[in-house]
Amino acid sequence: MDTLLDVKSVSKWYVNYKALNNVSLQVPKGSIFGLLGPNGAGKTTLIRIINQITAPDEGEILFNGESLKQKHIAQIGYLPEERGLYSKMEVGEQALYLAQLKGMPKVEAMEKLKKWFIKFGIEEWWNKKIEELSKGMAQKIQFVVTVVHEPELLILDEPFSGFDPINTNLIKDEIMKMRDNGTTVIFSTHNMGSVEEICDRIALINKSEKILEGPVADIKEEHKPHIFKLTFKGNMIKFTNALWTGFELVDHKEIGENTFEANVKIKENSTPNDLLSALIPNVEILSMNEIMPTMNEIFIQQVTEKNEDVELENEEA
Amino acid sequence: MGKIGLIIQREYLTRVKKKSFLLMTILGPLLLAGVVALVAYLGFQDDKEYDILVVDDSGGAFSSLEGGDNYTFHFIDGLGIEEAKDSFKDSEYSVILHLPDGILAQKRPILYFKEQPSMSVEKSIEARIENLVEREKLKLYDISYADYKRIKTEFSLTMIKFTESGEEETVTREKALVGFFFGLAVYLFIFLYGVQVMRGVIEEKNNRIVEVIISSVKPFQLMMGKIVGIALVGLTQFVLWIVLSFTFITVTQQVLFQDKMESIAQQQVQKSTEISKQTAPKQMQADVDFSDLTNPNHIVNRINWPLMLSLFLFYFIGGYLLYSALFAAIGSAVDNDTDTQQFMLPVTAPLIVAYFIAFTLMENPESDAAFWASLIPFTSPIIMIERVAIGLSPNEYWELGLSMVLLVLGFIFTTWLAGKIYRTGVLMYGKKVNYKELWKWIRYHD
Repeated sequence: MDTLLDVKSVSKWYVNYKALNNVSLQVPKGSIFGLLGPNGAGKTTLIRIINQITAPDEGEILFNGESLKQKHIAQIGYLPEERGLYSKMEVGEQALYLAQLKGMPKVEAMEKLKKWFIKFGIEEWWNKKIEELSKGMAQKIQFVVTVVHEPELLILDEPFSGFDPINTNLIKDEIMKMRDNGTTVIFSTHNMGSVEEICDRIALINKSEKILEGPVADIKEEHKPHIFKLTFKGNMIKFTNALWTGFELVDHKEIGENTFEANVKIKENSTPNDLLSALIPNVEILSMNEIMPTMNEIFIQQVTEKNEDVELENEEA
Repeated sequence: MGKIGLIIQREYLTRVKKKSFLLMTILGPLLLAGVVALVAYLGFQDDKEYDILVVDDSGGAFSSLEGGDNYTFHFIDGLGIEEAKDSFKDSEYSVILHLPDGILAQKRPILYFKEQPSMSVEKSIEARIENLVEREKLKLYDISYADYKRIKTEFSLTMIKFTESGEEETVTREKALVGFFFGLAVYLFIFLYGVQVMRGVIEEKNNRIVEVIISSVKPFQLMMGKIVGIALVGLTQFVLWIVLSFTFITVTQQVLFQDKMESIAQQQVQKSTEISKQTAPKQMQADVDFSDLTNPNHIVNRINWPLMLSLFLFYFIGGYLLYSALFAAIGSAVDNDTDTQQFMLPVTAPLIVAYFIAFTLMENPESDAAFWASLIPFTSPIIMIERVAIGLSPNEYWELGLSMVLLVLGFIFTTWLAGKIYRTGVLMYGKKVNYKELWKWIRYHD
């Protein structure tokens, strides 16, 4: 797995406040990387460092193995959270200007822009001013100017905030397509819903520190509560008695006549097979599924755990 | 084209293509030409006729008083002042001249009017009364009028500045006036275009495009691109104004006043000699007479125009860079126009102080205030240009040199400082910023 972006022990201080504390992470080439964290965790600071809007106080960032330099700006596309366009400038002129600022020659920029405009069916807006367009239209243009220079790395900060559902889907599809064509995407958000769907890998940042990183599936595996949901026919008391010390009944409910649904936690050193062997002689098993945590649950659990730790430390100190 | 070139181009073109730019470019000189035409027109309008009722308490001493070009004296024997005033409202007279008894003993004549007579009429009446009083006094002392004429002397001082390189006759006041106008132009341009820089920064913040752009260019490049682009707009407008103003004024004069100009010009010369005797020593000669440009001593020919224009460019650009960087910093620190107030004062105060010093400088060109204000970069663009117009002696050249160096250092300092505030400020939304916060931003490292 090639790494496109290697963030090495990056720290950033503002006058009385540490925005990033020794954060390291690797973004693999051609992946969609979710940068998660609550508001104010330091995501935007990290993104601004990657965009060279601000510089780290400690640590360094490698882009394709090279130390991050001014020239890499042309290979990065950035959709900031606070985004917009000149409201009084014509769409085409403006898109051309922004593409040229990214280092594209005018002729090439014009060609590529026209293609995108046709693709999104917005070519007749070329000579309109942004203020004449609806918000959804402006969002499409905003996305086009972010990707027109075909960046190797696309950084999207809260990309779906303020986007309507149609545009959200349109852009999601485009992001996927671009990933399939080799573009690496960093996707920063505090909204977990979209993460599971599209991210291959995530890092969780909280209070200026990275607290979690890895492939989405691995993280889920690591943080699963080892709880299985069983449905069975039979006697609830028999079911309970069959569970020996390796298992714990979390909750249960009756869903039909002599039919129950129960959540059972499997403790260490026991396996799902052990559970089945214990139950089968006593009740009739209808189904058994492992409950996987959502990213949202992991996120909340991690963030609250860390916050409690910090509070404890503070109290001890 | 480099990225900063692209930014300059955008800043320049979007402004120059605006309808308001075109409007201002045409209206500015039209307005100026209009004002000039109006002043000229009003000047020519001074042919209003005044019927003046004379109430002479002296018993006929002033009966030989003669009317002037556009006023006539009417005498009614035995008329008292109270009686005259009572019927004044409904009478056809527009002015009453009351000559009380005892004018020879310094008693002052009084002029009652329904409509204020022009300065020239007033001065002319005064001159005529003075003349009569003088003649009466001459009779008292038994001196003939011819003798008096021979005795009476009038002169004004010839001002010669003694410098190391020699002696030079000065026309300081006229030159100061020219210098003041140059200073005023610098002042206006700094204000007009500095505020445009601030507006531009606020616009980019409000449109939320600033972060999109500074992911492509450094914040400092964006700020400088904007400042330089707007400076070019200013210079373009300035050049167009000069060209158009000159054209308009010439055309207006040619078309409207061609025939009148000649006859009036003659009258003006006569009148002004009459008036200037009364007023010139006390008042500054504000009206620069452009009719005699062939005279090498004429004020227009005694200004070193190439020097003045190149220094004007230097001080305009230097002063503009110095201030517009600060205006950009203000724009970056706020979310909208109304929040700019608290930061505007410290930036505009030195400009306004400079304007006042420029004003007093016309009267007293060698004051300490003028010296210091022409060196300090925050005031020097307005003050030094005025001092140069008045004329620097060779032993003052170091002051000009120092002033220029300090101005360059000054704008390097303000752009550096503004750059630090700007790069943090443009990314800051919804935060009420105070000076403490700005200080924090300045201390942020990159």
